[in-house]
Amino acid sequence: MSGYPAPDVIWYSPEERLPPPGGRHRGVGGHLRALVHAAGFLGLLLAGVVLLALTAGPVVVGGILLLHLFVHMHGQLPWPQDRADVLGVLASLACYGAVLPAALLAVRRLALRTSRLSARWCGVTIHQAYVPRPAGRHPDSSWLGYRKRLNWLLGDPATWRALAWLAVNAVAGLMLLLVPLLSVGAGIVAFIIPGINAFPGFAEGAVPRPAFPGNTSPVLLLIGVGMVAAGTMLAPLTLRGYAGLARWVLAPSAQAELQLRVAHLARTRSETLDTGAAELRRIERDLHDGAQARLVAMGLTLDAAGRLIDADPAAARALLYEARDASAKALTELRDLVRGIHPPVLADRGLADAVRALALDSPLPVQVTGTLPGRPPAPVESAAYFAVSELLANVAKHARAETAAVDLRHELGALRIMVRDDGCGGADPGRGSGLRGIERRLAAFDGVLVVSSPPGGPTEAVLEVPCALS
Amino acid sequence: MRVVIAEDLFLLREGLIRLLEAYGFEVAAATDNGADFLAAVRKGGCDVAVVDVRLPPTFTDEGLRAALTARAEFPGLPVLVVSQYVEQLYARELLADGAGAVGYLLKDRVLDGAQFTDAVTRVARGGTAMDPEVIARLLARNAAPEGPVGRLSPREREVLELMAEGRSNAAIAARLVVTERAVAKHTASIFTKLGLQPSDDDNRRVLAVLAHLGR
Repeated sequence: MSGYPAPDVIWYSPEERLPPPGGRHRGVGGHLRALVHAAGFLGLLLAGVVLLALTAGPVVVGGILLLHLFVHMHGQLPWPQDRADVLGVLASLACYGAVLPAALLAVRRLALRTSRLSARWCGVTIHQAYVPRPAGRHPDSSWLGYRKRLNWLLGDPATWRALAWLAVNAVAGLMLLLVPLLSVGAGIVAFIIPGINAFPGFAEGAVPRPAFPGNTSPVLLLIGVGMVAAGTMLAPLTLRGYAGLARWVLAPSAQAELQLRVAHLARTRSETLDTGAAELRRIERDLHDGAQARLVAMGLTLDAAGRLIDADPAAARALLYEARDASAKALTELRDLVRGIHPPVLADRGLADAVRALALDSPLPVQVTGTLPGRPPAPVESAAYFAVSELLANVAKHARAETAAVDLRHELGALRIMVRDDGCGGADPGRGSGLRGIERRLAAFDGVLVVSSPPGGPTEAVLEVPCALS
Repeated sequence: MRVVIAEDLFLLREGLIRLLEAYGFEVAAATDNGADFLAAVRKGGCDVAVVDVRLPPTFTDEGLRAALTARAEFPGLPVLVVSQYVEQLYARELLADGAGAVGYLLKDRVLDGAQFTDAVTRVARGGTAMDPEVIARLLARNAAPEGPVGRLSPREREVLELMAEGRSNAAIAARLVVTERAVAKHTASIFTKLGLQPSDDDNRRVLAVLAHLGR
């Protein structure tokens, strides 16, 4: 294995996997959308408060109780009643410990949700960096597995950032979100509705008219409409402030971000080197056992033919034909080998036509759409080609599909290829070593592979590699 | 029969010249790049061209493009393209104009002189010579049990392979050691199963079959 020990980090930056941020709230529709988004964030916030209470609450309460009991015990030690209390508190803390990993995971998921939504709704990108889950030989239920899981979660700064976000969110975030929502809500409930009801001919409603001098119907309506308008006007601003707050708490510091980036690069580099070395070994072995061996055999056959040519011309001729056949076999093997290293059609025509050639060789009809206005760098081209080749092979082997489609394009500074089939779905990147291999290959170029394959299909795999065309 | 050759590897070019001359062809010009090849073709008096796909200066598909240009300028000019590897994509492009008189072979096939020169003659006479590897991949694509090729009997499949390579009924009969009438029966059955209009013209039927399978 590699000699580059590097902590593993999975990078997740929402803008890589999401449609370009659309959340610039402009116009009346935009402002109304901002209100809806604020309400959405508020829902997340409430879930976060519950989660925070579940996660951190027992620790705080249990700690206070224990402290209190210990202070109590120092005074009157022999009371058995207190010891039972201590044991009770410890036991409930242990129970709480059992569900702690799940709770922490939920906290992280909530924070990730927030950063995704702030990218989609507010156009504020929050990079997230997670230490990936350790590969576990121990099941989650075992003590070792539990320790590993908890160590992983508590050792990942992202967990603490997520917890801090829940706390900050519950106070500062709540205030920010409530400004537009309360303004609109209160404007409608406390002023507009009573204002309408105060018109002559309406019965006084359930909400009493605010009691201040001059609380006539037009004044109330004016105040109400003003509050609704102010809330709506303010909504995009507070939403941006909210997303900024989230970024301030959730995004790793610049230095931490750099550290994580370096770790990521070191890991992908070592994986690339490993893959390259393994590939060279394979080529060496193929040449050694294949073409090289055949050439040796051919030399021997030709030598024998040379010795026989005067004494037994017929036998010599047979040997010569044999040598010819061996050379044809050697050529076939070399051709297959070259195809595996760098397909000639890719060198000749570039990625789009090479993918078309792959589609023609596929056992099922594959439709290829899209064009590339130029050629990506050769290493990217090669990695993308083999990724598509592997994906199409998977479709033919596992998907039980009738047809497949490939779409290639270059947009927003990235090469984007989608492979879709109408098969049975259920492809799992975690299980298939092939998909994992593609991810590794693409990671060397900061590329990503996203597979969506619900059981019952269809399967859609999208690979994206940031690159420029030449 | 006058041949123009475009092949950049000296040894292979000389080998081709020697082989073709040994079988009674006349080599009108032997060039080592696409531009010279086109100039030689434009001079006229060429019955068939043998072109390597990869030629200088780009060492990509320069030869193929030169061959397609020559065919665009001189419709129906017989061209045999040889290459170190075969791609269905290129076979399609060569067949696209539907005029026939096209060949696409692996360079390995040069090793069997008689077969190779037979292919050159066939192309020169307006026929087709597709490499067995192209055909094998084309058939593999259509080999699903419900697909057009899946419904053929093993013998019909053999006949289809040889026919798609561009061979005449007589040649197929000789190869499979059966009578020509038996081959004719098989081809009729193949055309029925593929849903194609039967044709006595060797060339037209090959193009029909290739077009059908390559859809």
